[in-house]
Amino acid sequence: MSLTLLNVVLAVFIAICFVGANAAYLVWCERKGAGFYQRRPGPMENGWWGLLQPPIDGVKLMTKQLLIPGGVDKAIFMVAPVLAMFPALISFVTIPFSDNIVAHPIDVGVLVIFAFAALGGMSLLVAGWGSRNKYSMISSVRAVSQTVAYEIPLLITTITIVMISGSLNLGDIVQQQLDGFLSWNVWPLHKEVGFNLLMPVSFLILFVCSVAETNRAPFDLGEAESELVAGFHTEYSSMGFGLFFMGEYANIVIGSCLITILFLGGWSCPFGDLGIFPFTHNVGWFLLKIYLIIFVFIWIRWTFPRTTIYGLLNLSWKYLIPISLFNLLLTAGLLKVF
Amino acid sequence: MGGYFSDLFSGTKSLLDGMWVTLKEFPKRPVTLSYPHESLKMYARYRGHIELIGDEENKPNCVVCGMCERACPSGCIHLAGEKPEGGKKKVLTSYTLDFTTCSLCGSCVESCNFDAIRFSNEYNLASTRKEDFIIDLLKRLEEQDK
Repeated sequence: MSLTLLNVVLAVFIAICFVGANAAYLVWCERKGAGFYQRRPGPMENGWWGLLQPPIDGVKLMTKQLLIPGGVDKAIFMVAPVLAMFPALISFVTIPFSDNIVAHPIDVGVLVIFAFAALGGMSLLVAGWGSRNKYSMISSVRAVSQTVAYEIPLLITTITIVMISGSLNLGDIVQQQLDGFLSWNVWPLHKEVGFNLLMPVSFLILFVCSVAETNRAPFDLGEAESELVAGFHTEYSSMGFGLFFMGEYANIVIGSCLITILFLGGWSCPFGDLGIFPFTHNVGWFLLKIYLIIFVFIWIRWTFPRTTIYGLLNLSWKYLIPISLFNLLLTAGLLKVF
Repeated sequence: MGGYFSDLFSGTKSLLDGMWVTLKEFPKRPVTLSYPHESLKMYARYRGHIELIGDEENKPNCVVCGMCERACPSGCIHLAGEKPEGGKKKVLTSYTLDFTTCSLCGSCVESCNFDAIRFSNEYNLASTRKEDFIIDLLKRLEEQDK
């Protein structure tokens, strides 16, 4: 009993550390990436290559006054930033970093992650509503319509994978992709479904959806600075804003973990298990894959301008949903045939 | 349905083209300078505020004729000179430029017949105090390392 309790405490502690460190240093990576894509050096002043920038920013945010504007719905206003951060933290509990590094392997891991991802969308609505600010309100309505639109193809694509692997346990989904590079779900050659040409397309759909779900550029309609000041977090200062910010980056990590597990073989070595240390299945491959995906997230953010709200919804309802539905039917048919 | 798939393909292709453009820039060196630590060398023909031209001994070429003072439409040049004992020419004793009102028109440089003033290359001018822009050009000439 005490051992399991210790396990839980340790797992939560490690999850918080991992999320905190990632959230802080992904901001640094983001700024460096933005710099390199725009031919500038990025932050350079504090510490070697600006590496002390995130803790300094954190201290600055914490020392600022937590201002609650008059007229806001106080309880809701205070709850929203917490709602933004904690689902991301909880989702980490089910994510398997390796076959033995997982806080708590839940049999319905996929479901848990999506349930808490939906709570993340809720936090944006609550923040905008509680702020009593017309720009925040518009922003939160946009964010919710976006979340609703993109959760559908995201779930349909995930259902496709769940159908192939026959399990909602994230660890089991990875276990089926351990035979090297070509057994990953992203390739059309999968032993369960024969030759499903649409699998790479499904991977792309999941990728686009997770960019949209995390409200990142080019889908950051929720905080469109040019139109809505700063969107749902206009009225937030100090760590209230800090929590939204950290929640956003934690969600990016969750999104890339999910992509890696569902499509890119999780902790599996791309060359199969060769038995020599770096080429065994281990947590290093998992981290390598998620950071590569995060690199692509940053790359996309600093390449494309913001879409319009209509363009955003059209992309989901006219392209992503029909295609992912078609792939779902195709996969179901192929599963029946093979 | 017309154009559905062609839109899909052309859209995807243009997005990938865009990503290729930024990826090519990623590994290249920055084009910016980290300003307080390094700054650009200004072009020779840049027209900054005026400065005095010295001879080989770093004495000003100026003969204190006062043409520049008279030519200045904003009245921002003030100079004074005196004739030393036994000397033939007047010698410049003070030359101040009030850069707060100078519009860099160049009438002073144009009016000078003795090749005594020119435009400097100074562009790093920022201060919180107004007095910093009332520039003693004679002192500046002395400080110029020849």
